[in-house]
Amino acid sequence: MTVTAAIVGSGNIGTDLLYKLLRSPVIEPRWMAGIDPESPGLRLAASHGLVTGTGGVDWLLSQEPRPDLVFEATSAAVHRAGAPRYAEAGIRAIDLTPAAVGPAVVPEVNLGEHRDAVNVNLITCGGQATIPIVHAVSRVTPVSYAEIVASVASRSAGPGTRANIDEFTRTTSRGLETIGGAARGKAIIVLNPAEPPLVMRDTVFCAVSPDADQAAVTKSIVDRVSEISAYVPGYRLLDEPQYDPVGDRLRVGIFVEIEGAGDYLPKYAGNLDIMTAAATRVGEELAGSPDH
Amino acid sequence: MLDLRITDSSLRDGSHAKRHRFTVDEVTAIVRALDDAGVPVIEVTHGDGLGGSTFTYGLSRTPEQELITAAVRTATRAKIAFLMLPGVGVLDDIRAAAGNGAGVCRIATHCTEADIAVQHFGIARDLGLETVGFLMMAHSRPPEALAKQARIMADAGCQCVYVVDSAGALVMDQVGDRVAALVAELGDDAQVGFHGHENLGLGVANSILAYRAGAKQIDGSTRRFGAGAGNTPVEAFVGVCDKLGIRTGVDFFKIVDAAEDVVRPAMPGECKLDRMALIMGYAGVYSSFLTHAYALAERYGVSGAEILVRAGERRLVGGQEDQLITIARELAAR
Repeated sequence: MTVTAAIVGSGNIGTDLLYKLLRSPVIEPRWMAGIDPESPGLRLAASHGLVTGTGGVDWLLSQEPRPDLVFEATSAAVHRAGAPRYAEAGIRAIDLTPAAVGPAVVPEVNLGEHRDAVNVNLITCGGQATIPIVHAVSRVTPVSYAEIVASVASRSAGPGTRANIDEFTRTTSRGLETIGGAARGKAIIVLNPAEPPLVMRDTVFCAVSPDADQAAVTKSIVDRVSEISAYVPGYRLLDEPQYDPVGDRLRVGIFVEIEGAGDYLPKYAGNLDIMTAAATRVGEELAGSPDH
Repeated sequence: MLDLRITDSSLRDGSHAKRHRFTVDEVTAIVRALDDAGVPVIEVTHGDGLGGSTFTYGLSRTPEQELITAAVRTATRAKIAFLMLPGVGVLDDIRAAAGNGAGVCRIATHCTEADIAVQHFGIARDLGLETVGFLMMAHSRPPEALAKQARIMADAGCQCVYVVDSAGALVMDQVGDRVAALVAELGDDAQVGFHGHENLGLGVANSILAYRAGAKQIDGSTRRFGAGAGNTPVEAFVGVCDKLGIRTGVDFFKIVDAAEDVVRPAMPGECKLDRMALIMGYAGVYSSFLTHAYALAERYGVSGAEILVRAGERRLVGGQEDQLITIARELAAR
């Protein structure tokens, strides 16, 4: 079953997403909305036969027929304004901004619970990279605390991320708790300007009981990494999980690297790649849900 | 009338050397002694700033807001400052510290990333806090590039931008040139400061050169109590300033006594200019990596010095302590 989709936002994320949707067997990208008609994103979309426009939500809602799905790759403020109108028009929204209008989803963890939602949010790149790992640990043994460090190349952190770094840390921390299953979560992001840019790296620490079954935890993590790498091919475990006693708890250390697919963005920008890959995965899942 | 203002960072940068184990009693005693000696600003926070108590950077023994509260309660003249790194702490941490009576908010970013602190300077000023910006690892960028980043901070509401020699890698004129570039860029819009480390033994000399280039605020840590080989020793800097006729407002004999009788007993050991510290200064490695490199060297049976050298080669920045684990594992696998 094929569904039609519009991409709103023709910047880095929107354009990278275009490549991924063009490869999808179930989603047909048919519209792209942007601001500048001469932007590389809109020109690329037009060259692939998409209908492009600069009139925003109004323009999109005037299209006949209307899209089944909207992928929002603009800003939180733009999506907050547009979300009610998409919902009213019966268009389901997959939100790549930090607007958090709909429930937060991570494929392979909680997407099944939200298959009927009219609006879903993809949290943050650090969240997509680390929450499934925390969940892989918490499904085996209780996690009293989860901490993640996302290291991102400066060049792949856009102005939105930079202006709202606090939002990134708070949103990701919350996701570690509500979706990852940790009693308490803490997220850290570090930007590194090294040239050539460093590939995205994430470290996940989980506090568990000293008598937790280490072999079962390790197996759960390895299984989860292979599930994620099915839709983010550059996602890989850098090392076997490390177990260290800290006080009266056991600290599990997990180290992952995310190399992007290099569609529109360079390979080091794994942080952006995992967002567009997750959005595609979510879109494909929603496309197959009873609403359609 | 003072010629420059000293900020003592032994209760923040020293937190690294202390592995974040300060107690309320230690903070109270040190603040009392520094305040009595006339130190005008005393910084109290986890070594990695507000919210730094983590597996990655080390868990605090005492919640830092309790330490800040104790410092505020103890100081009679000194202002209490705190550090925060956007991406590590959050805005609510700043609000809590302000609520606990701290007066100076110091926001630190890597020296190419000033724009991630814009929001934080705005909030700090709205809260009525005095603001300081830290451009960390300042050795890694030329003077003009640093000045552009300083401009971003000043425009966001930062009242003094520091050249921060996190790796203790800057040598003499390299400090003066950077401070001068910031002074030229900022003019009357903001002051310029310098934060030094002793990894090449130059903290005092570099700070004097910073002053001569126009810096109005200088950091140090009494008894060098800081990361790496420690910071510019406040007592020595005050003595040198006295000799040069630079007015700091700090009493030399009192600060010398404080260093020996109050600060030293709270230190786990002297901050030494040893092999590891020298490698950090020479290779340009973030000073806070030192205690982590020691711990990992022991855990995995590898050379701490090699961990630091590789951290330098990979151009790791402050906050990437987690990646030292991977480096240690690679060395162990050889």
